[in-house]
Amino acid sequence: MPHDHHDHDHLSPSGHPYRQDNDEPLTYWQRMEIAVRELLIEKGQLSPAEIAAQIDAMDARSPANGAAVVARAWVDPGFKNHLLANASEASRDMGFDIGPPHLIAVENTDKIHNLIVCTLCSCYPRNLLGLPPDWYKTRAYRSRAVSEPRAVLREFGVELPDDMQVRVHDSTADMRYIVLPARPAGTEGLTEAELAQLVTRDSMIGTGLPRSSL
Amino acid sequence: MADRVRVKPLTPPGHVRAPWYLRGKTGVIERKLGEFGNPEQLAYGHVADPKPLYRVRFSMAEIWGEAAENPHDTIDAEIYGHWLEKV
Repeated sequence: MPHDHHDHDHLSPSGHPYRQDNDEPLTYWQRMEIAVRELLIEKGQLSPAEIAAQIDAMDARSPANGAAVVARAWVDPGFKNHLLANASEASRDMGFDIGPPHLIAVENTDKIHNLIVCTLCSCYPRNLLGLPPDWYKTRAYRSRAVSEPRAVLREFGVELPDDMQVRVHDSTADMRYIVLPARPAGTEGLTEAELAQLVTRDSMIGTGLPRSSL
Repeated sequence: MADRVRVKPLTPPGHVRAPWYLRGKTGVIERKLGEFGNPEQLAYGHVADPKPLYRVRFSMAEIWGEAAENPHDTIDAEIYGHWLEKV
C-alpha cells in the first residue's frame, strides 16, 4: 500500500501521535508571567526553589485530601456538623489549606443528591480535590448539569429514584463546593483510613457514589 | 432582603457573574454569604466595592418550564445583591 503512509504522517514509529513542539511565539500572558516571575526573583521576593516548591504543592493536591475530610465526617458527628456549618474552617482544622474561596459542603441523604458544576468557567475545590477532570470544564457538562442533571448522572452510572431530589450547585462566585456523600451501608467495621479509600473523586463532585466496599 | 427574589433581567456589557440562564428567574434566598468584592470591578483591576452575596435556590420548573427534567429538582447559585430585586 504505497499511499497509506499519508495517514501515518503524524505518528511516531511507535504509532503514537507526535506532540507539537511549543516553539511558537509567546502569548501576551506568557510574557507577562515570565516578566513578573523574573522581577520577583531579581528583587529577592521569591527564590526559584520556592516557586518550584509551590508548583509541587499544587500538583500534589489530590482527591485523597477530600476523601480524608469525608471519612472524618463519617466517623465523627461533631466534625460532620462543623463541616456542614463551616467547611473552610473544618478543613483547615484537619490541616488542609483551602485558600481564599470559601468552601461549602453539601450532604447527600436518602432524599437528596447534590451535584456540583461551574457553568461560567471551571470553579472547583482544587485544594481538596486537585485539578478538575477535563470533562468538568467542557461546555457539554457545564450546560447539561443544569439543564438535564439526571441524564448526566445516568451517563455516569448513577440512577436516582424519582422521589430523590437533585440539587445542582452552580459555583458562580466566591464559594467552592464539595459533596459529602452518604456513608455506604455495611461499612461499620471499617477504620477511618479504610473508609477514605471508598471515597472517589466523582462522589465528591456528585457525579458518582462512593465504593460500597474495599 | 426579601426571601423571594428575582434576578434582574439585565444585559450589561463586560464581565458579570450572573448566569444568563438565571436572569429574570425567581428563587428563594438559601443563605446569606456576606460581602465580597464586586467581580464586575475586580475583572478590570479596579478597586472593588464590597457587595452582599446570596445563595439563591431556583426550582427546575422556574428555570426550564415544561422542559424541566424534574420540576422539583433545584439549582442553587451565588448571586450578588445588586443583581437581585424583591418579589
